[in-house]
Formats: sequence, structure tokens, C-alpha cells
Amino acid sequence: MNNLIKGEKHDWEMVIGLEVHAQVKSNSKLFSSSSTKFGSSPNSQVSLVDAAMPGMLPVINKYCVEQAVKSGVGLNAKINNYSVFDRKNYFYADLPQGYQISQYKYPIVGEGKVTIDFKDGTSKDIRIVRLHLEQDAGKSLHDQNPSKTYVDLNRSGVALMEIVSEPDIRTPDEAGLYISKIRSILMYLDTCDGNMQEGSLRADVNISVRKPGDEYGTRCEIKNLNSIKFIKQAINYEAKRQIEILESGGSIEQNTMLFNTSTGKTRPMRNKEEAHDYRYFPDPDLLPLEITEEEIENLKSSIPELPDELKNKFIETYKLSNYDASVLTAEKQTSDYFIESISSDPELKNHAKMVVNWITSELFSLLNKNNFELSNSPVSSKNLGELVKLISSNEISGKIAKDVLEDMFATGKTAREIVDEKGLKQVTDQGEIEKIINEVIEDNPKMVDQYLAGKDKLLGFFVGQAMKKTKGKANPKILNDILKQKLNKEN
Amino acid sequence: MLEKSLKKTIENLQNNKISIRELNQEYIDKIKTKSELNIFIHFDEQKILDQVSELENDNSNKKLKGIPLAIKDLFCTKKMPTTAASKILENFNPTYESFVTQKLLDDGAIFVGKTNLDEFAMGSATDTSYFGNTINPLSKESEPLAPGGSSGGSAAAVAADLCLGATGTDTGGSIRQPASFCGVVGIKPTYGLCSRWGIAAFASSLDQAGVFTHNVEDAAILLESTAGFDKRDSTSANIKIPNYYDNLTDDLSGKTIGIPKEYSIDGTPEEVSKIWEDAIKVLEKKGAKIKNISLPHTKYALPTYYIIAPAEASSNLARYDGVKYGYRSDEISSLDEMYENTRGQGFGKEVKRRILIGTYVLSAGYYDAYYLKAQRVRKLIANDFNEAFKECDLIVTPTAPSAAFPLNQEQDDPIKMYLNDVFTVPASLAGLPGISIPFGKDKNDLPLGIQILGKHFDEQQVLNGALLLERSYE
Repeated sequence: MNNLIKGEKHDWEMVIGLEVHAQVKSNSKLFSSSSTKFGSSPNSQVSLVDAAMPGMLPVINKYCVEQAVKSGVGLNAKINNYSVFDRKNYFYADLPQGYQISQYKYPIVGEGKVTIDFKDGTSKDIRIVRLHLEQDAGKSLHDQNPSKTYVDLNRSGVALMEIVSEPDIRTPDEAGLYISKIRSILMYLDTCDGNMQEGSLRADVNISVRKPGDEYGTRCEIKNLNSIKFIKQAINYEAKRQIEILESGGSIEQNTMLFNTSTGKTRPMRNKEEAHDYRYFPDPDLLPLEITEEEIENLKSSIPELPDELKNKFIETYKLSNYDASVLTAEKQTSDYFIESISSDPELKNHAKMVVNWITSELFSLLNKNNFELSNSPVSSKNLGELVKLISSNEISGKIAKDVLEDMFATGKTAREIVDEKGLKQVTDQGEIEKIINEVIEDNPKMVDQYLAGKDKLLGFFVGQAMKKTKGKANPKILNDILKQKLNKEN
Repeated sequence: MLEKSLKKTIENLQNNKISIRELNQEYIDKIKTKSELNIFIHFDEQKILDQVSELENDNSNKKLKGIPLAIKDLFCTKKMPTTAASKILENFNPTYESFVTQKLLDDGAIFVGKTNLDEFAMGSATDTSYFGNTINPLSKESEPLAPGGSSGGSAAAVAADLCLGATGTDTGGSIRQPASFCGVVGIKPTYGLCSRWGIAAFASSLDQAGVFTHNVEDAAILLESTAGFDKRDSTSANIKIPNYYDNLTDDLSGKTIGIPKEYSIDGTPEEVSKIWEDAIKVLEKKGAKIKNISLPHTKYALPTYYIIAPAEASSNLARYDGVKYGYRSDEISSLDEMYENTRGQGFGKEVKRRILIGTYVLSAGYYDAYYLKAQRVRKLIANDFNEAFKECDLIVTPTAPSAAFPLNQEQDDPIKMYLNDVFTVPASLAGLPGISIPFGKDKNDLPLGIQILGKHFDEQQVLNGALLLERSYE
């Protein structure tokens, strides 16, 4: 695979590492009992602790710790029996304590790895450095008043998992696949809702460029990207920017960058000299976090099948390709849907590839077109299974099935109902098809002559005419066979 | 009619020798006559009378029903403002009650007011308060004396008999040293015995609430009332609180008392050494074994404390930023300016000094040399005590290197001021319980205190030792 990008002078390779911030799925915050519900009215979910009132103290939410441990297991990572909460000190209006409680030296989860799968069937491991727990800040609202900034502390204290990768990523696509994979794993585990639009999953991207084989170059960090599209755009822009500087003889300044989603450009936010000194130190209000092996084992046993396990199972059980299996398992709702569909009839097991295609191309494109999610699809998994069954047993043709699916989507009826109502059942009766073919041959004597004179391609014309007469219901194979037989007889 | 004893006053109330209203009215009148001492930041007669009325309509049997107490103005209280003696919290009215004060209210206590302290408990003379100095009630008119600090207002309130007990907090000696200066009993329990919930934080790993009383029995009663597990404080100890008062005894026969040689410091006034020797003699006479012990890292305690405490303070006080509550400067044209002016104007000199020290020792490049090293030394100091307590049950030392000093004397020399804590700081770093009880006088007839330190959560023996010294001294 060629991952290099062409510069003016030579080829360059990107070196990318991601820091993913995933909001822990939990009803209450990391150190207080306030609700974490998204979209509530400003400052309606703020406890005395969240507002950093004098004398208020944080108390760890055990559930968030368990969620982090589960996530660590899902990332094939080492769970640390001992971890420490530190204070990261800086001033900002939406940081009520004047520090963020995070984990610095001793994170709850250590080294791990995730596997990303490419379309060509190959895959690659991306190493994880660590996962740690930390508090989110509140929100500064600058657009409510021309001269004032308002602060909403609803998000203040919400639990985040920061997942840091090694700089193992080499292309924007890999970055996209990596974040999709992380998202997928966390959603299978139910430790993060994965909602990037609401900011439940966002990423900081570290990127540098180098000539292949060289040492790592100086990197820049692009902050707070909340969609895969923006991540790819930002990486592409930033790599190009760095290459242009390097090729014109300049050097890269280690900057923290912001990405403008409307212009698609990055711009520097602060340089190394302006970087904060966060003065990390262990939070004296909290004891070190100790987790026993037994607790870890208990959590492990509660973990559902993860995408990679499921993927391998699909490959083995249904003889699917690595790529098909990875598409199916990218989201839990997709794999759940697939399992329900294929289990709706024992026969379907032999037509797994067909089930996959009808889900991932036909149904998905309908969902997309109509702005639906699989979770609220009007076509249930069982009904989709029935549709595929009708195709695989030659009751309807694939072409008709597309129309049936659209009908199912619009009306919520089953495939069987639609086929029966509209009389779409495929004509497989040889006599009936023969009768129609005879009519077509009789109606088109000139065409028959041309065909017999050697214009083989005209076969398609006869098939079309015959299909038209059956309203597409004739079994194409039978139709073809009889047609050839008849035409050759004319000779 | 008034007894200088919480215990006897409870009995008098129970026997109807005095009513809750009469009792508290007498204290109100006394407080009014002592306003020149500047002991209270908040005193509101009506609020006291309201509490009295409430208790008069309450038929339940409460341990401290009607007992007037003073509260250090670092404890957040619902019905009275809480300032931490700082301009930055000048008009702050908490919507919540600290764990300790809530326990006292649950036991039926009456709060007569909020007492003065060093700003955010940073000081040893109650002279860094935004609301001015407190004057030691034992002062002669010619020379006003400092009450010690930081809980100087509470110690003075008990010494002037304006209440039957008071709460304090002790981070490096802030209960024990003012108790010594004011001639009252002050106990700082083991770190974790009383929840820190609702106490404005100075240095979280050291802050510990405790009480001031006229005598040791009262200290036992009041401590029992304030101690207890609180799940809202992760450093709170989940232990069963003993019945300190019922278990009190002055029989120390067979117990071993450790006398640390490192506490004999050059320049300690003779009178201080003398009362220490007197105390040792008394203990020995009463059947305790005296053992010379060593706490070899004692000399590093002060510098260690003055790294760790400011480091934590610099972070703890970051929340006072003018955004959410408290003082906000009027001169604002940017966020940075809001911080600078709010904090510049809102904090006093000593608080700013400690924030600067704390920020410095946590900074990149200095962290290892200062903060990390201080944490290591802290472990060594704690270990000194662990080793020592293998050989003894209690450790006895002077509380402070001098009696109360004149006001304004040491204000401009922070190092000299910090030396006041030399005997109290090591036990704070180790999280151990300590009590100061008056034991003798200096040449100016000013009280001197003896400090008794005990093992973790062995407040009982600390109180027992104090009771013995108290009774022997009387």
C-alpha cells in the first residue's frame, strides 16, 4: 500500500496520533451526583461540587470507574490496579475549580491495541498508550450577548475517557477507521453513546510529516474535532501546510492548532512558549484508586461480544469476507440486525452474502436517503430476512425485490404481503413463459431475422420484451433458457 | 450563675437551674461587652434568639441542647455568612451547612456567631484577617497580644468565656497554638476523624477540624459530637467513634510517654522548657513511664510543611475567581483582567504570598525538587512517629515556642511567623491527633501550653493524658 503523498520535491509520509475524548455513558457525573443528560436548560444540572463552592469535595463515581475498566478491556489494554487522580491547574471561566481532575502519572488503563480493517481485506494494529479518566469542563457561551460571555456548567464534571494512541496512524483514512473502531468498541461495551454530533466523542489530532525512513518531524496538535469528516479534512490540510513549509526550507513550529470547519483550514491557537504549565499534582481530596484483580475479572465477565470477536465469528460461520464482516460489526445495531435477519429462517444461512448486501447496500441507501437510522428502520430485521428468503427461493427476482423493499420501507408491510397483494410472485411455470415467448417472437419477425443473421446481442431485446409482458415477474433463468431454445429452433 | 464548664452547664439546663434563654442571653450580653476584642466576624443577637426559640419548642432530648458555641468562620453555615476572613468571600452566604456544624446543630447547639481567623486560615496570629486583628483576651491594656492563629477568634471566644466551646481547624497548628496562647484546651483530632465537607479548604491533606473548650472533659464531649464518617469526604475515616467522655480517665499508670529530644530547640525560652519538665515530672509521679525518643526528621518538618501546604492552597484557592460567587472586581475589560483584579484585590498579602509559593513549587522544572521531595520527607516524618509509637503511647512536648506575643510584632517577617508552628507541624504532616492544654505561665503571667500527641485515632489516650495534666496542674 502506498501511503505517501507527493510534494513538489519528494514524497512525504504523515505520522498521526489521536487523543480521543469519549464521554462515559453514566447517569451521573464523575465526582458528583448531578445528571449528565444532554440538552437540558443551562445550569440546571449543577451540584455544589460542580460549581466548586467553598468546602465542596469530589467523591468518585464507581460506575464511571467500571465503565473505564470495561473500555480498557475492550481496547485489549492492561488495567492498572493502582491509579491516581491529579489536578490539572489552569484558569478558565468554564472551569469552576480552577483545575480539572484528571489522571497524569498513573492512568487507570495502560497499553493496548485496536485493529483497523481495510477494504482490500488487510488490517493493521494501532497501539494504545493509555486511557485515563477526567472531568469535562463547562461551556462558555459567547454568542448570547454582544458584550458578555455566559457560562453553562451542565457539562462541568461529566466523566470523560481520554484514549491516547501511539503515532501509528499514517493516513487520514486510517485515522477515520481508527476513530470508527474506537467508537464501535465503546458502543458495543455501552460505555459511550458514540454521539459525535453531541460531542460525546471528539478527538485531538497530533500530526507531523517526514520523508519515509526519517525520524519523526515536529508535530502540531489540532484540537477538538467532532466528526470523522473534519478529522480527515484537518489532517489533509495540516499535512499539506507542513509539507509546503518544509519544502520551501522552513521548519515546523510546535503549535496547538484550531480547525475552522467552514474554511477547512487550521490556524495556530498557541505555540510552545505559550503552552500552559498545568502544575499537575495528586488531588489531595481523593484517595488513589485501587482495583482488585477480582473486580477486574468480574467486569470482564460482564462484557458482551466485541466487534473483532463477532467479526471472526461471522467470517467462520457465514463464510463472509473480512471486509463484509467488519462493515457488519462496525456498529452493534448493524450486527444485531444482521443476526436477527439471518436467524429468521434456517435457509438464509446459505445466503449470508445476500443478506449482507441487502442490509449494507439496499437498506442502508434507503435509510440514508430518508434520513433514518437502522434503529428506527421501518423494515424490521425479520422482514428483511423474509425478503431475502423470497429472492433466494426464486419467488421473486432481485430486481422486483428492490421495489418490494421500497414498498416495505414506505408501508411497513412484510415482503410476503406486498408480493401477494401486487401479484409479484415470479413466474416459474415453463408453459406460461413459453406462451409469452411465442407471442414476442410472433410480434417481432424482423428482429428474429436479424438475430438469426448473427446479431446475438438482440437476445437482450427479447428478454426485455418478455419481461415487460410479465411485468418483470418471469424467472430470468427460465426465461433465458426457453428463449434461446425457441430462437434456435426458428433457425 | 454561669459555669465555665460545658458539662456542668448541660446539667444545670437539665435540672432547670437555668433556662436556655437565660443562658444564651447572658452570653449575648457578655459578647457585647467584649466587642473591642474583635473576636466575631459575624454576630447577630436576633439569630441567637431565633435559635433559642426554636429549641424551646423542641421537646427532644439533645446532647448539647441550648449550649452556646462559637464557629470559626471557615465552616460554611446556612444561617450565617461565611467569609474565611477574606474580602473575596465578604458577602458569601452558603446554601449548605458543613458536616461538623450540622452535627453540632443536630445535637442542639446554639451558634453565637462566626469567629475571626487568619484569612483562609493562613497565619499564626489572626492578623491576616480582612476584618482586622483579634485581640487576645488575656492582654493587658498597655500591650495588646495576639491570640495566635489561625483559629484565634475561636480560642479567644472560649478564653473570654463568650461561649462554652468553639470549633477550629488545624492545618499546621491552627488549633493547638492559639489554644496555648489563650490558655484554653484545643484538640486537633486525627486527619480524617471529622469530615472536611463544607470547610473552605486551605491544604486538603492537612486540614482537620477540632474544638476549643474550657477543659478536657468538655473537649471530650464536643469532639464526640463533631466526629464521624461522611461519605461526601473521600478522606473521612469510616470508624466507630468511641464514647470519649465516658471513657475518660486520668490513670496513666503503666503507659509510656515519649519525650522527643529534637523538640529541645536552641532559643526556646527557659519558661517553656520549664513547663515541659514540670509536665514530665507530673506524669512520672503519676505512674507513667518516661522514655526519651527520637524523631530524627523533625528539623525538616517546617520547610516540608511550607511547601506542601502552599502547593495545595494555590490550587484550592483557584476557585475564587470572580466567576461564580464572591467578590468580583469592577475593573474588567477581559477575562484575564477579571482574574487579576478580582484576585489581586480580593486576597490579602499572606494569602497571595502562599499562592505564589505554592504555584512556584508545583511549576514544571521545580516540582521534583520541591513538591515531590517534600512529599518524600513527609513520609519520613510520618515514619519517625510510627517508629516512636512502637515504644510509647503518647508523646509530650511544648505546644509553641513562646507565650502570646504582642500584636503586629512579627507581621513583617514571615519566616519568624512560620517558626511558631515548629512543634505543631510535624504531627500535622503525620496526620496524628494532638491536644494543647494550659500548663503553667511565663514570667508575664501568660499561659503556656503542653502538647500531647497520640497514635492515629487514639484520641482517647490523648484526652486521658490531658486530663491527668489538667488535674495535676489544678
